[in-house]
Amino acid sequence: MQERKIRAVIVDDEELARQVLREFLSAHREVEIAAECANGFEAVKTVAEQKPDLVFLDIQMPKLDGFEVLELIGPGTAVVFVTAYDSYAIKAFEVHAVDYLLKPIGAERFEAALTRAKERLAGALPQQTLPPTELAAAARPPSQHLDRIPVRDGTRVFIIPIAKLDYAEAQDDYVALACEGKKHLKQQTISSLEAALDPSRFLRIHRSYIVNLERVARVEPYGRDSHVAVLTNGTQLPVSKSGYARLRAFLDR
Amino acid sequence: MHPILGQLRRLALYLLAWIPLAILLAYLFDVTGALSRGESVALAFPLCMIYAFICLSAYYSCRATPFDRSSISRLVLTHGTGALVASGIWIVLAKMVMYWLSRTTSFSGIDERFSRQIPLLLGMGIVFYLLSINLYYVLMAMEASREAEARALHASVLARDAELKALKAQVNPHFLFNSLNSISALTSSDPAKAREMCILLGDFLRRTLGLGEKSAIPLEEELSLVHSFLAVEKVRFGARIHMDENIDKNAMNVPVPPLLLQPLVENAVVHGIANLVEGGTVRVDVKASDGILSVVVENTFDPDAPPKRKSGVGLANVRQRLAARYGPQASMDVKAAGEQFRVAITLPIEKEARAS
Repeated sequence: MQERKIRAVIVDDEELARQVLREFLSAHREVEIAAECANGFEAVKTVAEQKPDLVFLDIQMPKLDGFEVLELIGPGTAVVFVTAYDSYAIKAFEVHAVDYLLKPIGAERFEAALTRAKERLAGALPQQTLPPTELAAAARPPSQHLDRIPVRDGTRVFIIPIAKLDYAEAQDDYVALACEGKKHLKQQTISSLEAALDPSRFLRIHRSYIVNLERVARVEPYGRDSHVAVLTNGTQLPVSKSGYARLRAFLDR
Repeated sequence: MHPILGQLRRLALYLLAWIPLAILLAYLFDVTGALSRGESVALAFPLCMIYAFICLSAYYSCRATPFDRSSISRLVLTHGTGALVASGIWIVLAKMVMYWLSRTTSFSGIDERFSRQIPLLLGMGIVFYLLSINLYYVLMAMEASREAEARALHASVLARDAELKALKAQVNPHFLFNSLNSISALTSSDPAKAREMCILLGDFLRRTLGLGEKSAIPLEEELSLVHSFLAVEKVRFGARIHMDENIDKNAMNVPVPPLLLQPLVENAVVHGIANLVEGGTVRVDVKASDGILSVVVENTFDPDAPPKRKSGVGLANVRQRLAARYGPQASMDVKAAGEQFRVAITLPIEKEARAS
């Protein structure tokens, strides 16, 4: 009986960098290279279509960076990050026990990462439990806020620039991102989204809502002691008591 | 060195300041009655000049008892004694002068009449001496603050020098690690190319080495540094990088600060071309005319590129160095329009270096 091969995807915009990984992997008959991708869009599409077991993911790439790709491919795929030099990312990988390789990639280090990935796939090691969005947030340089949000619909990727986001609404494990009259679903908690956004531009006005402050046209009383925020496009969002206090503090400033 | 004796101008100013004191003394001589008005005026001036020189010694006792580091009792004791001694000397000298004057016909008997003024002289001597003490402490405080200022200025100049050196010497670690990774890939697939890239990388590093110490290099040398940088990047990015240059022939020998152009081209590659799937072109335009060197670096970029994980340190670095070196005579203009990114620099051509 032949064992099922591990299907791997290599993502790097430099041909020579892909070549190194290809060469190292060629020594492992149990691993099959399902595809190679040269940019982030391609990577998301390929992973969605091919559903590989393992992805070697470069961080700095055209279109989408490695963290954005990770956010969009979701759990179920083991990811080994590859980077040349990124002090914040490396620190985050170490803290959260995420596999990573540093360029130039050494054979020994590569073998260790592959072994860990295999153990993880075999269930011997726990799956990566940290949500991708939180890993991405941990790897972001301090004082740098999110300036765009990538979302995926099937194999298609949309980029929502932060300035176009009207509000975000929590829906169970997802957030619905309202942008230009449409809602895009993304697997992320509203709290982790709140933490990644610039607090001078976005405000949590309710347990389930974050609003873009530039969109708030006015705040009206609603019922006995609650309020609604009316956006410039007419949308009404509930405002909680503490949310109202925060909103007042901002508007009075 | 004595702050007043050291300079003739200061000494003149100091003696001038004694004139009002001499007038005061003459007035006091006059009103106390022992001397005639003429005698009062005639004596007060030379006496004050004598005392002015005696009071110069106050500086040394001020220096020996620094105001902020001596106890009050020490200050009172030192300067009280000093005042009494200085006044005493003044009185003795005055008496000698009077004794000599009393033998002339016009001042006969002045010796005896003057003796009645000795308590006044003692009092004024103490007051004038204490005034001088005051003056020296003020002068010393001014001197100390000027020295502190000079030291602070010197320290800040040193700090900026060190900073500029560090700024110039930096080689982007990203560039280095990625290049080494490319070499590592080539060693098995194309050993000859791997060797070539080692040489290109070595060449680039050697050129950057020691640039930190130079204050200016000919533009030609900076351009060859850029070529050497791009040669390495071309191995990494393959066909994705194109370079297009248009350099004024007479600009080749113009002295420029080292690492003026290379960081701009590096920025164009790292934040521009590297983010384009199909690659792009870096255009370098250099013109020299009317004593002004103008450099333009343009590249295509993706306005929707992933957020930068590193801000444009290279550009800020060049801007700082230009500002530190040329001030408002140099300009740097950074513009992103559509898919074009453009950095334009103008700087004055330094004449003395141009001749060499």
